[in-house]
Amino acid sequence: MTTTSVPEQEGPTSGRRAALWRQVMPLALLSPAVLVTLAIVFFPMIQTAWMSLHNYVLFRPKNFDWVGLQNYFNIFQDEVFWISLRHTVLWIVITVPAQALLGLATALLLNQSFPWRPLARALIIIPWALPSVVIALMWAWIYDSNYGILNDLLLRIGILETSIPWLANPDTALYAIILTLTWQGFPFFAVMILAGLQSIPQSYYEAASLDGATPWRQFWHITLPGISGVLFTAILLRTIWVANSMDVIFVMTGGGPGYSTYTLPLYSFLEARTNLNFGYGSALAMTFTLMLLGIVILYLKRSAKAVQ
Amino acid sequence: MALGRKSTLNRVLTVDLPMLAILAFTLGPYLWMLLTSLTAESELFTRGPSIFDLVWSNYERLFANVGFARNMLDSFIIAAGTVVVGLTLSVTAAYSFSRFEFRFKKVLLLQFLLINMFPLVLLILPLFVLMRQLGLLDTHFALIVANSTIAIPFSVWMMTSYINGIPKSLDEAAMTDGCSRLQAMRKVILPLCAPGIIATGIYIFITAWNEYLYALTLGGQNVRPITVAVQTMIGEYQVQWGLLTAGGIVGALPATILFLIVQRRLVGGLTQGAVKG
Repeated sequence: MTTTSVPEQEGPTSGRRAALWRQVMPLALLSPAVLVTLAIVFFPMIQTAWMSLHNYVLFRPKNFDWVGLQNYFNIFQDEVFWISLRHTVLWIVITVPAQALLGLATALLLNQSFPWRPLARALIIIPWALPSVVIALMWAWIYDSNYGILNDLLLRIGILETSIPWLANPDTALYAIILTLTWQGFPFFAVMILAGLQSIPQSYYEAASLDGATPWRQFWHITLPGISGVLFTAILLRTIWVANSMDVIFVMTGGGPGYSTYTLPLYSFLEARTNLNFGYGSALAMTFTLMLLGIVILYLKRSAKAVQ
Repeated sequence: MALGRKSTLNRVLTVDLPMLAILAFTLGPYLWMLLTSLTAESELFTRGPSIFDLVWSNYERLFANVGFARNMLDSFIIAAGTVVVGLTLSVTAAYSFSRFEFRFKKVLLLQFLLINMFPLVLLILPLFVLMRQLGLLDTHFALIVANSTIAIPFSVWMMTSYINGIPKSLDEAAMTDGCSRLQAMRKVILPLCAPGIIATGIYIFITAWNEYLYALTLGGQNVRPITVAVQTMIGEYQVQWGLLTAGGIVGALPATILFLIVQRRLVGGLTQGAVKG
């Protein structure tokens, strides 16, 4: 952004205009994207915050009464909120590590050389490409209490005496969905970790094995430090997305039976969709977003470093 | 020789077999769905799915009775519209991010990343209220707008990283030859970006095609994308798993094929966190 680079043979007026253009052009090129995101993302978000301070139920659209922070105070008295929060935490701390470990194992295998590696690599990401609705449908069929293949297999092996209605049983429903989400998300880890593995120079391993390091020690001292950056980024990203993801739960159980598969974003969504209570639903959405913000900021800081 | 055979056996035990096990877990549910969809409904609860007599009847019923073709058209219009919006807005922005230094550049770039981190509920509630007030519920337009909230930030990041990979000396050479900055962008950089634009466009298409919650909330009787149609079928045909799984296979097919085509290009955008999981 220097004016000195303006060619000198041009007159002073056109030189100034060219300099001004040079200042403005980057912003002019940016403005369509920025303005549209302001209109369709940031403006609606402010509206959510605004709605959360009102008593706003959609079947009485005339009533839009200011209630201040009352919705937020109500949240802390709300038993369903605490149930949903507990499920959200369980949901994250089981799903993300399960996806990470399975993804790590897959990536380590895909990093070996074997004849059908390209095929395996292409097939492994199929779960990732499928629509959540189809994933939910597919697993609902697998879990089906009468004709589902899971019960069928477990009965045949003799692990089960009678078939279990996996999704209709409050004790198993959440874990059944967690398995589904693990299945959906582990290819993401596999692909990312694989990219990390391939950036480790082969010479490190050669030197280590010359020094007599066992495969386990090589993994611990070369592989793990080599992928730690990628792994950490992937875990942050995945935590955010797993926390946010509610479409699979919504289709598989709709939060039921009872409240046994409620998570916070789902609760917020159902409050608005089923009860049409947009004020309280917005307050729930805001609360959940604020809780997630810590992880989001951590992730943005890492990305900011990468940008430079 | 002996050593070679031993190490092959070793490889099969430590690599091929575990890989096969993981692939069985990965593909099993999908193949099971495929097999179910090819089994006659009457057989399903008596003998169960089997690979010996496969039939197309579920697929025929799907298109004849359920009207799936109409839903696919809706999905296509929305996904294609989102691709157009996402790409036109993001290419110039990406060029600007890649080639210029200006104040607040980092903040602006990071805000695009931030958008993708927000929970969907934060946007879905106000967008519903907004579209309702504007009388735009149940239109393709509403869903294109909603999907653009995901597509624009994603493609800004993808395209910025793609243009970063094109040497700046090319723009400079074009400008030395008398092009203006905008001409250099349009005539030199844009053609070189074509593979990146195509990959980004395909990924936007897949994401919009697969999207469900916006489609459910902002769609309705007139505009019903395939994902909503599949979910509605779950309610209506609970016992007809043959028909349901056929719907699942058809609904997932376009995205699956496209995904396999572009998967390699996505890894770059992935490691920067731009790709929605």
